Formats: sequence, C-alpha cells, structure tokens
Amino acid sequence: MTAALQTSPAAYTAGDTPVLTVDNLSISVRTEQGMVPLVQNLSFTLHKGRTLAIAGESGSGKSLTSLAIMGLLPPPAVRVTGGAIHFDGQELTALSESKLKSLRGNRIAMIFQEPMTALNPVMRIGSQLIEAIRAHENVSKAEARTRALEAVRAVRLTEPERRLQQYPHELSGGMRQRVVIAMAIALRPDILIADEPTTALDVTVQREVLDLLRDLARDMNTALILITHDMGVVAEMADDVLVMQRGQMVEQAAVRKLFTNPDQPYTRQLLAAVPRMGQGHGTHPAKNVEPLVTLREARVAYDLHGGLLGRVVQRVHAVESVSFDIYQGETFALVGESGCGKSTIARALAGLVPHTGEIRFQGKPLGNDAASRKQVSRNLQMVFQDPMAALNGRMTAGDLVREPLVIHGIGTAESRREKAAELFRRVGLGEDALDRYPHEFSGGQRQRICIARALALEPRLIIADESVSALDVSVQATVLDLLAELKHEMSMSYLFISHDMAVVENVADRVAVMYLGQIVEMGTGAQVFGDPRHSYTRRLIEAVPHADPDRTLPARVLAASDPPSPVRAVGDPPKTVKLVDVGAGHLVAE
Amino acid sequence: MINFLGRRLLQSALILLGVSFITFALLYLLPSDPVRQIAGRSATAQTVANIREQLGLDQPFIVQYWRYLMDLLHLDLGRSYLQKTEVSTLIAARLPATLLLMVGAISAELVLGLGMGIIAALRRGTMTDNSLMIASFIGVSAPQFVVGLLLLYVFAVQLGWFPIGGYGTFAHLVLPALTLGILGSGWYSRMMRSSMIDVLRQDFIRTAHAKGLSRARVLLRHALPNAILPVIAMIGIDIGIFMGGIVIVESVFGWPGIGQLAWQAIQRVDIPIIMGVTLVSACAIVLGNLVADIATLFADPRIKVR
Repeated sequence: MTAALQTSPAAYTAGDTPVLTVDNLSISVRTEQGMVPLVQNLSFTLHKGRTLAIAGESGSGKSLTSLAIMGLLPPPAVRVTGGAIHFDGQELTALSESKLKSLRGNRIAMIFQEPMTALNPVMRIGSQLIEAIRAHENVSKAEARTRALEAVRAVRLTEPERRLQQYPHELSGGMRQRVVIAMAIALRPDILIADEPTTALDVTVQREVLDLLRDLARDMNTALILITHDMGVVAEMADDVLVMQRGQMVEQAAVRKLFTNPDQPYTRQLLAAVPRMGQGHGTHPAKNVEPLVTLREARVAYDLHGGLLGRVVQRVHAVESVSFDIYQGETFALVGESGCGKSTIARALAGLVPHTGEIRFQGKPLGNDAASRKQVSRNLQMVFQDPMAALNGRMTAGDLVREPLVIHGIGTAESRREKAAELFRRVGLGEDALDRYPHEFSGGQRQRICIARALALEPRLIIADESVSALDVSVQATVLDLLAELKHEMSMSYLFISHDMAVVENVADRVAVMYLGQIVEMGTGAQVFGDPRHSYTRRLIEAVPHADPDRTLPARVLAASDPPSPVRAVGDPPKTVKLVDVGAGHLVAE
Repeated sequence: MINFLGRRLLQSALILLGVSFITFALLYLLPSDPVRQIAGRSATAQTVANIREQLGLDQPFIVQYWRYLMDLLHLDLGRSYLQKTEVSTLIAARLPATLLLMVGAISAELVLGLGMGIIAALRRGTMTDNSLMIASFIGVSAPQFVVGLLLLYVFAVQLGWFPIGGYGTFAHLVLPALTLGILGSGWYSRMMRSSMIDVLRQDFIRTAHAKGLSRARVLLRHALPNAILPVIAMIGIDIGIFMGGIVIVESVFGWPGIGQLAWQAIQRVDIPIIMGVTLVSACAIVLGNLVADIATLFADPRIKVR
C-alpha cells in the first residue's frame, strides 16, 4: 500500500474530481453541401491531476475537439452543433467571447504542434510571456517579468534571463516548444491541452519535452489532455486513453487495459501497425560483389557571403567526409536528427547539389554537371516526404507517372500508357486512378503514385527521403510493405533516410547513424540496434517512446542547450571523426 | 551594419552614375536642338554657332558628358540655358514644395491604403471587402489627371471646400496629395489585405488567441507588425512611381514644385534643368529604398546584415 502510494502520488491526490466533462459533443463544418459533421457525440471526463490521451489518425477530429474546448474553432465555417462542455460550473459552448477569453490561457491553456511557427517572430520571448500573464492578472510589468522568468526556469531553459531578450528565430525548435510550454503553465492552468506537442521535434528533444510535460503536470496537479497520433507517446504519458476515428469515439480505457486488452478491432489494428523497436537484422553483403553506390570522403559545403565585397565569410559543412557503399538488393538506412546532413547526402547522390570527394554510381564517377545528373536519373529515383508537394496538382496521376518516360524518350504513347497502367496495378492503385488528379487521392495513395513514378524508369536505386514520415501509422505500414515487396521482386536497392528509429530498425539491412554531417556509427541493423556502441546512437535509441505502458523510462536529460552548429569560419573545417571496426564490420567513431 | 551601409551607398553611387549617363545620352540624341530654342527663330547661323560653342554643345558627346560629370562631382548642376540661373538654385527653391507634397501624398496613401486593406482582410468575403477592393481597383487604374480634375471639380468647384490650385496653406495641399495618394492607396490596400490574411492564418495568431488576449490586442500587437513588413519595402519602390506622378499633378494643381519645373524645361529642351531634376529624383528613389531597407531591418529581427 505504502509502496503504491510512493510510486504514483498523482493517483492518490487526484482522487476522482472531474475538472472537465464533455457531453455528447458534435462539431460540424458548413460547406456548400450543407453541414458536414466532423466530430459526433463525443463524451469524456477529465480528472484532476490525470493525463488523458486522445489518440487517432489524421482526420479523426482529435484536434478539433481541443479547439472546441478552447472556443477557438475557426469561425464562421466550423462550429459546435450539439452537446456541452462543462468546466467549473460553466458551459463552455454557450459562453460569451469575453468570458471565454478570461479562461483561455488562464484556466485552460494550450500547446500546439508546430513550435517553429507558434511564436510571433517579431516579438521578444519575454514580451510574449509577459503579455500572457498580464492578460489575466493585474500585475506590474516588473512583477510579470519575474513570473515569466520563473516559468522559463520551470521549463528548464538554460540562461533564462537571456532567453527573455531573444527573438523566436534565435532558438531551436525544442527550445521554442519549451517557451510555448512556459507560456501555457505561467498561470498554473487547471487544464493543459497539448496538441501533438512533440510531433515536429527530433526524437531526443521529444524525450526531453515529454519528461518536462509529465513533471510539470504532476508538480502542478494539472489535468493534461494529450492529443497524439503516436501510440508510443500515449503509452508513456497517459493515465487514460480515448481512441478516435473519423470523428467518433472508438474506445475509452485506462492505458494498461487499452494496450494489453483492447476491446475494439480498430484499436487492435492501430496498435498492430505501430512499428516496434527490436534488435535489428541484416547481414553484411558478400565481399566480392561490386557495390551499386560508393561514397568516399564525400563532402557538401555551402558558402555564406558577407562583407563589403560579398566574400565568403563562413561555410556550412552539411556533409563532411562521408564514406559508405550500397549493394544491389539491400536497404541502406541513414538515420539522424534534423540538420545532420542525411538529406544532403541524398541530394548529392542524385546530383542535385555539387559535392567534392568521390561518389560512384554503378562504377561510374558522378560529376557535378547536368549530363551526369541525367545519366544517373535513369537508374536512381527519389521518393520524398510530402507526396502532395511532390506531385504537380495540374497533371493527372497517369501523366505524372508517364512523365519520366517522356523525358527520357522511352516507348510510344501507347506503350507508355500500358506501362503506367501496369505500374498502378503494381503499387496497388486501380487503373481508373490514371485519369484522376493528385488532390482526389488520400495521403497514402499519393505516396503510391510517387513510388509508381519512381519505378517508371526501372531504376536500380530508390532514395526514400522520409517517405513514410508524413503518413498515418496504418498507411505507413502498408507503404513499407509495398517497398519491401518491390525489393524482393525486383532486387531493388534503397537508400532509406529517416529520423524514425523504429521504422529504420524494421526495414534496414545496414544502418549509418549521422551526427553533424558525419557518420558516427555504421553496421548491420543487428549491430547498430542490437549492440549500439556510440553514445549518440544509444541516446537516439533510448529516446524512442515504446508502445508499452510498463516499460521503465530511461534516465532524463534535464536542461535544454544549444544544438551544435555546422556553420564554421572559413579555414576552420570540422574535425573528421575516424571510424574504427569493433568487430565484424561494425564501425564506430572513436 | 557599417558594411551593409557602405555596400549600399557604393551601389547607390553606381546607380546614379548610370542614370546620369542614360539621361544625358537620351537628351543628346533628341531631335530638337536646344540652341535653336535659346537663339530664337530669327537668329543667324553665326549667332547659333556662337551660342553652341559657348555652351560647349559643339563638342563630341563623350567630352560633353565628361565635363558634366566633373562639374557634378563638385556638386555643380550647371546653369539653365534660358533662365541663366544656377540649376541648383532653381531646384532648391522648388524642392520644399515637392517634399511637402510627397509627405502629404505618402501619408494619404498609407492611411487610406492600410486602413482599407486591414478592414477588407478582417471582413474577408463580405460586401465590405468587395466594395473596398473595387474601389482600390478604380484607384489603381484611373489616370492621375482624371482623378485630379475630378477632385478639383467636386471639392473645389462644386463644393468649394478647397482652393482650386496654388500653394501656401494646408487646404492647398489636400487635393493634390489625395490625387497622388489614391493611386498608391490602391496598391497598398491590395497588398495589405493579402499580407494581413496571410498573417491571420499563422499559428502564432492562434497562440495569441489561446493566451486569452483581446481581439484588438491580437490584431494590433501580433498581426499588424507582421503584416506590415512586406509593405515597408513597397514604400521605397513607391517613391519612384510617385516621382512620375508629380509632373502631372503639379501641373494640374499649379503646385510650384520640381515637377512643374521639369515640365517647363522639357518643353524648352533646357537640358541642365532636365538633368538636374532627373538626378534629384533618382537620389530620392535611391534614398527612399535605402531608408525602407533600414526600416525593415529594425522592424524584422530575423533579417541580419553581414
């Protein structure tokens, strides 16, 4: 009994006091076809000191629910069309704007997904915090500043005094999210709503922010509503879980119950689709085979100009002395956090940015000219992260897939049409899809079109640059299956670039971990994931949230500091790390 | 910052050099002969030749330009062919009137344009928005002499609220400033509207609402400072458009500024005055852009100069 109390003080103090009750809530959008329901008959209760996770895929209505609680549904098209939200004896959907205003940020605060854009770019951090405090409490500027400073300290930002003087662009994404959290907790709200608070962050930063949110909610006995698509985050953070699909509640349960014994098939499906971290797999390729791609001390640097005559004053060392090979029929993964240079390697390999050092593709050295680029493009194709942005919205899906054939002058109009139809069947789209436009497809279908387009030239290598990162987990799983099938059938090779350790662990034969433009560890999936040697690799792996509520959380990193920068003065190149073989081709930076 | 200013001033000097060369060359190539204008119709060939020699117009183009440039370096704009006065004196006498008109016009277009743009953005898709945008479209497309004459007819002739023309009091300034301002306000209102709509969609506006700030504060403290950024750069460019307009507007309203001076000089092919006014205008445009750029530096902390 005593032991139980010590391990979960929140459960004891929280009791069963409901702070918020949502009752039969419906939200609709007004369109030309009339009112279209977005959320239907949603009911739940939020208890003091507890964390409720609202989980679901895109379009499930989870974000709209949180905006409805805040009274911030985008007017005039979207509005609450039924039900009630009870908070502190008041019915929020019927409250006047001025009454709502006094609750917002004060009693109910919100943290949004995108920290890069959530703060006003032309206003100092301090002013933005002070303004939030003074909107609700009649205190002097100096006193509000003291409170702001306290909040900045509470979110464990380094150099709090200086932070108040800075503008948002001077902080990294993780630090900005801490500022947004500081703003939300400054007035000690009863309810904190966090809408995908870590989705846009790197995995190690996500770890820090999740730890922070958990600690703050516990210390202040705040009820937390956590909106997320990531079942790993749900497992680590939530006491209770509400699963939503297409605007309706699927299931509501305590977290352990939901993960161990879900009632609904959709929940089971969602949990099954979550990529789980294992020990990795894959073998080293045979020694005597010619590699498809060879990089030897490849470098990509950008010059920054300045001064009276616009001379080069600084250099961005995006990729610094990177060497690796990719063999026929293997999936070679590059992992690392944003800005580590993984996408720049892909661009250099495709001839899209000039490089120095040696890059060979199918044995031929790759130059920095257009002819060279066209030559490799027949056998090397890319699939990008955002399929909507990668497809020209004014061309039909069929034209998009045929375009590479037209550019390279392959076949006749008739044969191209047949080829496109065949490719569509191959990636699991019907032939009727050929004449439709990109906006008529779902995100996963669009990514299939991108894959079909990449396959049109029958390439030897596909560079998948965060190709599944923007997709919902269930869709992600099917696209990954498709890529795996193509690999086996066509002996396709992949350069698979991702920030998502769990996905990489599942697909990669060999893995290279990048940090600040250099590879710090490289080996088979089994070597890197099963026996990580470099401290950075370990940190990355530990930081991944697991879809398992019983997992012991790793030790926390407390303060947020500035991430190191790849921008350096001219004539001061970064130190190249040296990779040492620690056994069976497992390379680790010294 | 010092580097930036140095680089920009160097660029400005080059631009002015280019403007002076092109204008000088165009005037040289002009079919009408300034000497004939000075000498009059009845002058003998000898008189014409004498005047030509006296003004140095018998020299090859490159020599003439070189002499002009050397004088310019000593801040000497030469003498008017007809009035025999220093061009700098003539311009200096008229510049204050033009500057006053410019300040009046810019104020008018900013108040009208930004106001209309903000209201249209806030009432997007409504009748108010549509009416304002139609009005701004008319403002942009109506020729300035038409707008000027229309304003004169309605407010000076019919209603008698303002004087018909001339210079001296605030009342004299209103109509010419409005005429110039209406054109600019059309551009500004459209620009401000789209910029504002863009900013109102941003995440940080949602954050500001989520903090529980009042609508007015969200608008004034968060939306406006961001929405105005692209407009600031526009003001610099705008001075160029404005310089074209003053020639017409000063003539319509009898405003004694450098526009009128230029108009008279062009009719009489008084090359030193045309050159002088062109260079002063070019200076104003270059300076206007520089000031706008510096203002943007202060308004937007994300922009850094190296």
